[in-house]
Amino acid sequence: MTASSPAEPNAPILLEARDVVKHFPIRTAQGRQQVRAVDGVSLKVRTGETLGLVGESGCGKSTFGRCLVKLIDPTSGSVLFDGEDITHMSRRELRSRRTGFQMIFQDPYASLNPRRRAAATVEEPMRTHGMGTDQEIRARAIHLLQTVGFDESYANRYPHEFSGGQRQRLGIARALALSPRLLIADEPVSALDVSIQAQVLNLLADLQEEQKLTYVFIAHDLAVVHHIADRIGVMYLGELVELGGSTEVYNNPRHPYTEALLSAIPVIDTDTEVRERIVLTGDLPNPIDKPSGCAFSPRCRYAQDICRVEKPLLQIQLDGREVACHFPVATGAK
Amino acid sequence: MSEPLLEVRNLRVSFRTRTGTVTAVDGISFTVDPGEVVGLVGESGSGKSVSMLTVLRLIDNPNCVIEGEVLFKGNDLLTMSDADLRSIRGREIAMIFQDPMTALTPVYTAGWHISEQIRAHEKVSKKAANDRAIQLLTSVGIPNAESRVNSYPHEFSGGMRQRVVIAMALSCNPSLLIADEPTTALDVTIQAQILELLRDLQSEFGASIVLITHDMGVVSQMANRVMVMYGGRLVEAGSRLDVMREPAHPYTWGLMGSIPPTDGTRAVRLAAIPGAPISPSDSDRDRCLFAPRCTFATDSCRPQPGLIEHRPGHSDACIIPFGERAQRRTEALAPMRART
Amino acid sequence: MWRFAGRRALAAVLVLFAISVMVFLIFFATPGADPAARIAGRNASQETLAQVRASFGFDKPMYMQYGLMMRHLFIDRDLTSFVNRGSQVIPQITQAIPVTLSLVIGAAVIWMVLGIIMGVAATAGRGTAVDPIIMVFGVIGVSLPVYWLGEVVNLITQSRLHDSWFAWVPPLGYAPLSDGVGTWALHLVLPWMTLAVLYAGIYARVLRSEMVGAMNEDYVRMARAKGIGEGRVLIRHALRTSLIVIVSLFGLDFGALIGGAALLTEVVFGLQGVGKLTYDSLQNFDLPVILGCVLYAAFFVVVANFIVDLAYAWLDPRVRHV
Repeated sequence: MTASSPAEPNAPILLEARDVVKHFPIRTAQGRQQVRAVDGVSLKVRTGETLGLVGESGCGKSTFGRCLVKLIDPTSGSVLFDGEDITHMSRRELRSRRTGFQMIFQDPYASLNPRRRAAATVEEPMRTHGMGTDQEIRARAIHLLQTVGFDESYANRYPHEFSGGQRQRLGIARALALSPRLLIADEPVSALDVSIQAQVLNLLADLQEEQKLTYVFIAHDLAVVHHIADRIGVMYLGELVELGGSTEVYNNPRHPYTEALLSAIPVIDTDTEVRERIVLTGDLPNPIDKPSGCAFSPRCRYAQDICRVEKPLLQIQLDGREVACHFPVATGAK
Repeated sequence: MSEPLLEVRNLRVSFRTRTGTVTAVDGISFTVDPGEVVGLVGESGSGKSVSMLTVLRLIDNPNCVIEGEVLFKGNDLLTMSDADLRSIRGREIAMIFQDPMTALTPVYTAGWHISEQIRAHEKVSKKAANDRAIQLLTSVGIPNAESRVNSYPHEFSGGMRQRVVIAMALSCNPSLLIADEPTTALDVTIQAQILELLRDLQSEFGASIVLITHDMGVVSQMANRVMVMYGGRLVEAGSRLDVMREPAHPYTWGLMGSIPPTDGTRAVRLAAIPGAPISPSDSDRDRCLFAPRCTFATDSCRPQPGLIEHRPGHSDACIIPFGERAQRRTEALAPMRART
Repeated sequence: MWRFAGRRALAAVLVLFAISVMVFLIFFATPGADPAARIAGRNASQETLAQVRASFGFDKPMYMQYGLMMRHLFIDRDLTSFVNRGSQVIPQITQAIPVTLSLVIGAAVIWMVLGIIMGVAATAGRGTAVDPIIMVFGVIGVSLPVYWLGEVVNLITQSRLHDSWFAWVPPLGYAPLSDGVGTWALHLVLPWMTLAVLYAGIYARVLRSEMVGAMNEDYVRMARAKGIGEGRVLIRHALRTSLIVIVSLFGLDFGALIGGAALLTEVVFGLQGVGKLTYDSLQNFDLPVILGCVLYAAFFVVVANFIVDLAYAWLDPRVRHV
C-alpha cells in the first residue's frame, strides 16, 4: 500500500515555466559581463506531484526557484500559476495570487526574524492578508504549529530557543499559513543533521498527503531528491539537461552529467569491492563564461566535435523523458 | 601483532562554563593501526571533531579540561612538551579541516603555505621548499602547478583549495592524517574527486587516515573500520562490512534509516529517529545517552554499558541481547519499505 | 588599474572643487558676514567700505569673485591675505608645511611602534592580567585630551621641573633641520610624545581586537596544526592579516593630521605648522588663508585616501581584482 501516490499523469498543470531566463549584470576586471544564472528553463508542475530540481553550485536552481515565486523578476520568459501569467503582474495583482504559492528557505538561522516569537512568525502572513480576526488568526497559528509537531508551549518562544530542525519546521508552518497549493522548498534540509533531515522529510511527505500539496523541491543531494520527488529535473549551468520520472532517472540516467552525478553519490556499499565511479575532471564551470555549444561538453567523457559547436535542445523521448544531449546515454547502467 | 599507530585511552574532554560543565567527549578509547582508514561517524554534538582536535591539542580554550591518554607511537601526546608536540604536528600527524575557504591565511600564496610547513620541520632552502611545493601540487592534481604555486587562496575554487590543503598536509609524509569532514563543504562531484584523491594518496604513501564525517556513504567508500559516536561516547565500532551490513546499535540503525535508500528504490518514509540530538550540556550521563530517543529503551538502560565485543572485531554499547538485534533492526527500519 | 586611478583622480578634483565652493560661500554668502567690514575694520566709513569692496572685487557677482580668488590662488599664485596686507598666502602655507610634517611623521613613527607592540603584547597575553593592563593604558591615552596633556607637559617641563629634570627641554617652538638634527629633535620630542599617546592608545585597542579575532580563525588553527610555533603564528599569520585594517586607519589619520588636524598640539607647543596657521587665520577671519589651508588639507586627505586604497590592495590580495 503506497503512502503517497504520485500525481495522476493527467492532473491539471499548476505551475508552468516557459523559457525562464535570469541574467545578472556585473562589472568585473574584464568589464561588463552577465552572470547567466538561469538560461532558458521550461517545465510544468502538475497538481499533487513533487518535482525535484537537482544540481550543484552555480547551476541556477535556487535562482530559478525564486523566479517561480516572483521573488526575483525573470529577465525574460514567463511563469504561469494555475493558468495565469504572473510574470508581469503588478504587485497588487500578484498579492492575491501569492496565497497560492509559498516558499521554504534553506537557512533555518537566517530565514526567521529573531525578534519575533514563533506564533507571531506564523501569524504574520495571515495578518498581512487579513484572514480573520485576531483570535481566529492566533487559533490557526497554534493549529499550524501543532501540525508541524510543536505543542502550544512553543508558541511564545523566540527562534534562538529552537534547534535548526525545529526552526525549519517553524518555517514550514509559516509557509502553510495561507493554505497554499504549491510549496517551493529551496534546499530545506541541507543545513540539518542527518537524523533531523529525515524527520523534516517525513513531515513534508505527511503534509503533502494530508493537505494535497504540490512541491517543487530544490536540492543538491540527488539521493534525497530521488526519495521525495516523483519527477526529477537536473540542472547544469542554468539549463535543464534532463527531466523524467524519479526512479527512471535515478536508475537509467540518460544525460552524461546525470550519470556522473549519480555515480558520485557515495552509496552505502554492502558489496566487498568498492564500486567504480565516474569521476569528472575539472572544476564546476562559471556561469559568466559559459562554454560554446553544450555547456557540459568540456567535462563530458562522451563529448564529440558537434557538442562543442551546437547546443543540444531539450528533446522529449518516446517514454516521456526529456534530455538535452546529442548522444544520450543509451542504456543507463547503474 | 604490530603496535597501533595511535592509541586513545579513556579520553575525556570537558569545558567549564558559567552554567556548569559541558562534556564534549566522555571517555572514548580506540586504536588506529598503520595504513588503515578509520571512519569516525556522528552528528553535531557527538564529539567527533573535539576528540580529534584534542589529539593534536589544538583546542585553544583555557576552560578546557582534558583527561586520559593519547599515545602516538607509544608517546603520550597530552603530556608532551610543546616543542615535541610541534615537531609531531604537521610532520607525523597532519590535519585537514572542513572548510577550505577559511583554512589558508588569505595574504600568502599556496606555495608560501606549503613551504612554511616544510621549512618548519626540515632544513631546506626556500627554493628547494618551493620546488617541492610545485611537485606536491602536481601530485594532487592541480594543473599548471608552476604558476599556481604563486596564486592566492581566493584564486582557487573550493575543490582546488582543498587539494592545496591536502598537498600541504602530506608535504612532510605524515604517518597519520586526520581529516575533519574534508568534503562536506564541497559539491558532490567535487567530493568524489577529493575522495578518490585521498584514496590514491593513501595507497601510495601508506598513511593512516582518521576520517571524521556525518555521511555514512563517505565512510562506506573510504574506511576499513567504522566507529560511531553519540553524545561524546562510542556506541559502535567494527569493520566497515560489519557495521554497514549488520549494524548492531539502535543509533546506527537510526542513522542508516535516516538516509534515503541508494539502491534505486524509493522508500515510503524514512526511519527517522525521534527527538533532537543530545546536546553536550545534558548532565544526566549515567544512563545510555541515546535511551531518550530509542524505541527499544527500557529501565535497564541505566547505567550506560561500555563497548561490548559481541563478535570478534565488532563491538557496541547496547544491552539488548545480541540474538535479538537482527529482529529489532528490521523493526527499526520498517518505515523504509519500498513504495510500490 | 589605470581606469581605477583615473576615476579616483577625477573624483578627487570634484571633491576639491566642491570644498572650495563651500568654504567660499560660507564666508561670502552668509548673510551678515561682510568681509569688507572685516578688512576695513570697525567704524569704517561708507566710503572706506566702498573702496575696500572695489579694490578686493567684492562688488562683483559671486561667481566672479570665486573665479578671481581661484585664479589668484592657482594661476597667478599671488593670493594675498586680507589681514596682513602684502603677505601672500601660499608662502605662508609652504613655510608651515615642514613644521607639521616633522611633528606628524615623528609622532606617527612613535605611535605605530608603540601601538603595535601594545596590541601584540595584549593579544599574546590574552586571558592573563597583561591584556587588561595594556588596554587600560590604551584607554588612558585615548581619554587624555591633547590640549590638556600638552599644557600639563608644558607646565611640568617648562616651569615646574624645568630646572631639575627637564633642563634639557628647549623653549617652545620649532627648530628647522638646518639647525642640526639634534636640536630639531629636541624641540619635537615632547610634542611627538603628546600626540602619539592618543593615537597609540587607539591603535593598540584596534589591533588587539583584530588580532584576537584572527587568532580564532580557521587559518590560525591550521597553522598550529602544521607545527608552527605560537610566536610565528601570532606575527606572521594574525598580525599580518590584522595589519590591513591598521594600515587603512593609519592612512586616513595621517592624511588628516598632515592636513592640519594636529592644530591643538601645534598651538599648545607653539609650533608654526599648518594647523596653527589655520587656527590663527580663523581667529582673524582671514579668508584667503583659510581657503588656502582648507584646500591644502582637503588635498592631503584625498591623496591619503587614494594611497590607502593602493596600500590596501598591496596588503590584501583579495581586493586586487575588484
